[in-house]
Amino acid sequence: MNEFLAMGGHGFFVWGSYGVTAAALVIELFLLRARRRAAVAHATTTGELQ
Amino acid sequence: MNLYQLSSPSTFYPVAGRVAPWFAGAAAILGVVGLWIAFAIAPTDFQQGEVYRIIFIHVPSAWMSMFVYLVMAFWGAMALAFNTRLSSMMAQSLAPTGALMTFIALWTGALWGRPTWGTYWAWDARMTSELILLFLYFGVIALRNAIDDPRRADRACALLSIVGAVNVPIIYFSVKWWNTLHQGASVSLTAAPKMAATMLTGMLVLALAAWFYTIAVALWRVQAIILERERGAAWIRSMRGMKAATT
Repeated sequence: MNEFLAMGGHGFFVWGSYGVTAAALVIELFLLRARRRAAVAHATTTGELQ
Repeated sequence: MNLYQLSSPSTFYPVAGRVAPWFAGAAAILGVVGLWIAFAIAPTDFQQGEVYRIIFIHVPSAWMSMFVYLVMAFWGAMALAFNTRLSSMMAQSLAPTGALMTFIALWTGALWGRPTWGTYWAWDARMTSELILLFLYFGVIALRNAIDDPRRADRACALLSIVGAVNVPIIYFSVKWWNTLHQGASVSLTAAPKMAATMLTGMLVLALAAWFYTIAVALWRVQAIILERERGAAWIRSMRGMKAATT
């Protein structure tokens, strides 16, 4: 297992790539969910005022 | 329902909501399979050792960064030609994910460059043109935010997207046209791939996962954009009480 994490001494570069990619996708999905919820809430409560 | 009807936001909205989870599910499954191939099946590279495994996200994200831009420019052109609202909304929906893919390609490229080339960054043609792509995405997003009237923003963003599309072939062919630190294409449509079969398989599976991810996210985001922009339309008002169907 340690050998796998070490990636032949290049663990920082390999896991730095995969880790930041995973974080970026999670952040996008999180922001997207927030935007969708806000859009639905706004459209269904105040839409008729316009 | 025909394609013409589908181009109306009110018709497209529920269709996008129905198909997006399938694309997201396919992306998740392909992502797991691809990562398994990338780390458990694909052999150690005889030249680079283990660090080459960055290729499994670097190449798919770099492909997506260029492809998403072309699709965004295509929707912009459709919007200019036919004045269709949904085309502009699709273009608007793709920009953030395109920027994200470009960032991932640049980031993973830097972390791959350091151990193999000895530097995180060089101002060679491939890297510089990819960085310009990131700025083009930022430009399109910022331009939209800077213009209050959505229809004017649509036209301005479409124009910038179309003009900026000239950068995509420059990125793609940069490794042929100039002497770059970046290597030439490992995979092309005209020549046999220069890599082991399992490596290629893992890369293609993850590229497909990136496609499906982008489609799912673009569809979900376009739903939000439709709600934001069609606010007050009768069909949205009739959605009251249907909240649960969209979240």
